[in-house]
Amino acid sequence: MKKILVLFSHPNFEKSRANSILIDKIKDKEGVTFHDLYECYPDFNVDVAAEKELLNSHDVIIWHHPLYWYSCPPLMKQWMDMVLEFGWAYGPNGNALYGKKCLNVITTGGTRAVYCKEGTNSFSVNEFLRPFEQTANLCGMYYYPPFTVMGTHKIDEESLHNHAHKYNNLLDLLKQDLALEEITKFSFINDIPQLNT
Amino acid sequence: MTGSILFEAIVFLLGAIICVSIAKRLGLSSVLGYLFAGVLIGPYVLGFIGQEGEDILHFAEFGVVMMLFLIGLEIEPKNFWKMRKTIVGMGGLQVACTMLISYFLFSLLGFEWKVALTFSMAVALSSTAIALQTIKEKGLLNTTFGASSFSILLFQDIIVIFMLGALPLLANTSKTAVEQTSDHTNLLQNLPLGLQTLAILGSVVVIIIAGKYLIVPMLRKVAKTGVRELLIAAALLIVFGISFLMELVGLSPALGAFLGGVVLSNSEFKHELESTLEPFKNLLLGLFFMAVGASINFLVIAKSPFTVGGILLAVIVLKALVLYVTATVFKLKLNQKLQLTFTLSQIGEFAFVLLSFAFSLHILEQNQLDIMLVVTALTMTVTPIIGMLNERLLLPRLGTKESIKRPMDHIAKSQKIILVGFGHFGSTIGRFLRTHGVEATILDHDSNRVDFLRKMGFEVYYGDATRTDLLESAGIAEANILICAMDNPDVIKKLAKTVKENYPQVKLMVRAKNRYAAYEFLNMEIDHIYRESLETSLKLASEVLSQMGFRRYTLQRQIQNFIKYDEDSLRRLSKEKKIGDDSYIFKARKELEQQEKLLEQDFKRGIVEFDNHWDAEKIRKSLNKNEIVKNV
Repeated sequence: MKKILVLFSHPNFEKSRANSILIDKIKDKEGVTFHDLYECYPDFNVDVAAEKELLNSHDVIIWHHPLYWYSCPPLMKQWMDMVLEFGWAYGPNGNALYGKKCLNVITTGGTRAVYCKEGTNSFSVNEFLRPFEQTANLCGMYYYPPFTVMGTHKIDEESLHNHAHKYNNLLDLLKQDLALEEITKFSFINDIPQLNT
Repeated sequence: MTGSILFEAIVFLLGAIICVSIAKRLGLSSVLGYLFAGVLIGPYVLGFIGQEGEDILHFAEFGVVMMLFLIGLEIEPKNFWKMRKTIVGMGGLQVACTMLISYFLFSLLGFEWKVALTFSMAVALSSTAIALQTIKEKGLLNTTFGASSFSILLFQDIIVIFMLGALPLLANTSKTAVEQTSDHTNLLQNLPLGLQTLAILGSVVVIIIAGKYLIVPMLRKVAKTGVRELLIAAALLIVFGISFLMELVGLSPALGAFLGGVVLSNSEFKHELESTLEPFKNLLLGLFFMAVGASINFLVIAKSPFTVGGILLAVIVLKALVLYVTATVFKLKLNQKLQLTFTLSQIGEFAFVLLSFAFSLHILEQNQLDIMLVVTALTMTVTPIIGMLNERLLLPRLGTKESIKRPMDHIAKSQKIILVGFGHFGSTIGRFLRTHGVEATILDHDSNRVDFLRKMGFEVYYGDATRTDLLESAGIAEANILICAMDNPDVIKKLAKTVKENYPQVKLMVRAKNRYAAYEFLNMEIDHIYRESLETSLKLASEVLSQMGFRRYTLQRQIQNFIKYDEDSLRRLSKEKKIGDDSYIFKARKELEQQEKLLEQDFKRGIVEFDNHWDAEKIRKSLNKNEIVKNV
């Protein structure tokens, strides 16, 4: 059984309908550590030692956040800047995260349709997430395609609950060490057949 | 049996230790303990102390002087100036009314007018020692009632000078009598009243100037030597010096000491002086109270019990009524009025001086003097008891009634949070909670403030939160959190203990005045402690460093780190030594020890470089020299 760490960062969680539905199902799940960064570090003073400890004791790392200005909220970035230290996560002897699995779980206001060359956002979500992908690469982690909930401005409750259900199933699959090769074909992990049966 | 100084000292000390600790155990004020100790060791019960009690009384009056000096230290000149209206208004009203009414009463009883006037002067004065000690002990000096009492007492201190000046004018054979009394001869006695007033003002000016240009520079020199005893000596010298000067011109030494305190309240030595004189003051005051107790002449009481009893009752009732009316005129709330009334309704220590002086001027006869002296000492003993009854029996009813007067379901609905203490600290908490729509149930012991805040729309209830019945009616049984934001750590301790014992489900969040209070709370196993001095001072320090060129963000992070480190060390040090209820003298020393320890630790910790991330320097260093390339 693999252990999963959900690093959740949302500066305005209390106002986010989509994320509260998504998280409701998984926050007390067995084998999953739900870590609410904005609740833990309201002063942005990330406890590096404690975070490293958490990373060491988990096999799958999930960066769960809304997509703000095509990137993550600032505390998520602060976390990366501070915790993924030179000489620990990368660089000489920096192999603490080596071989772990990693992915983004994101919510976006815009629909899938606007995130493409022809759409108003010009680029796909995968392209916007390149920095995270490369961060994972540099740290020697396997990077899975993202789990996305898109068009949250207009989405109805029922669909959100469907997404939450899928998210929950995804975590079950990850616990059982999902095989990597089949997955990387998909742009979004939402689309893998195991979640859609 | 008496005679040896050592023996007397042992008797006094033992009496104090036994009686005061019993009084405290019973929850009574220490003043009562001392008074009973005095009665017990006095000439009529155990007889350890004989007539020399009166000499001791004179000597111990010095405690009152020191107390006023210390109170003066806490009042800055600005604030003192603001109080002038209350001092003259309340004090004037109280003294004038009491004198007038008691003069008529004594005249009706058939005393000669001079005697009646002398008595009425004595009756008008209250006991600074007893009243202020009681008020300070309960931490109520900053309430409306405390400030009013203080104003009245201060006015009496001023007016007594004129009373002493006026007495010789009443004397039948003035000149010869004056010469007999070495105690009260002074430079001004033979001057006309107008010039005396001028001289009095003059000496006040002298104190102010001397404070600034003589005392402070002297203290600086002394402090430079680094010898602690010298500072103690200097502190005592200041108080003795002022008293001597005051007695020389015929002013009340207490008044002079108070002014001296006010002048020095802005100086850097304020706290040093406070911690140095505090133990002396406490001991002397204790001695003073015991001497009062010992001076109660039971033979006189036995000889004319009805006269003494009658006058005693009449005096207390009269004084209480006048005080009550005065407080009403100045719009105090009911509970504050009652407290003022019962705290000040005794005849004070000035009466001893006044009466003896009048006797030496042949205004009074021996038996008149004896009776009034006994009455004075008795009122001083009886009023603390009445005050205690007021507090135990009367006020609780009033307090609860005031809070039930509002719709009961309001409290019964019981917001989940109770906030105790709504001064500067608590009000900020309340305001911020309110911006989030969270209405805490607020308890405060100053009813004037309660009333004002209610007008502003806050849910504030009046009462002493350490009382379980009030906590009950505020809904503690259903509360989740109780915030202790009072000023006095001892009161917080008492409240926290009550809550911990009776309502263990309530989470306590506690204001800690300082590190020392924090230790005590930690040892009581209270987890949520907020030191009021920690974050503000670090903020200031970081501002200083920022002005010197350090980057703000780094400083911000260093502050966060320092707080964490300091909290850790706080928890560690609290375990090292259980710190109990030490008296001030030990407190001051321990605080120094603590500080030394902390500084030592800081030194070991050094300047902390903790940000490994963003450290381009470090990454560059780990590269090989030949990897560094030109990149133009």
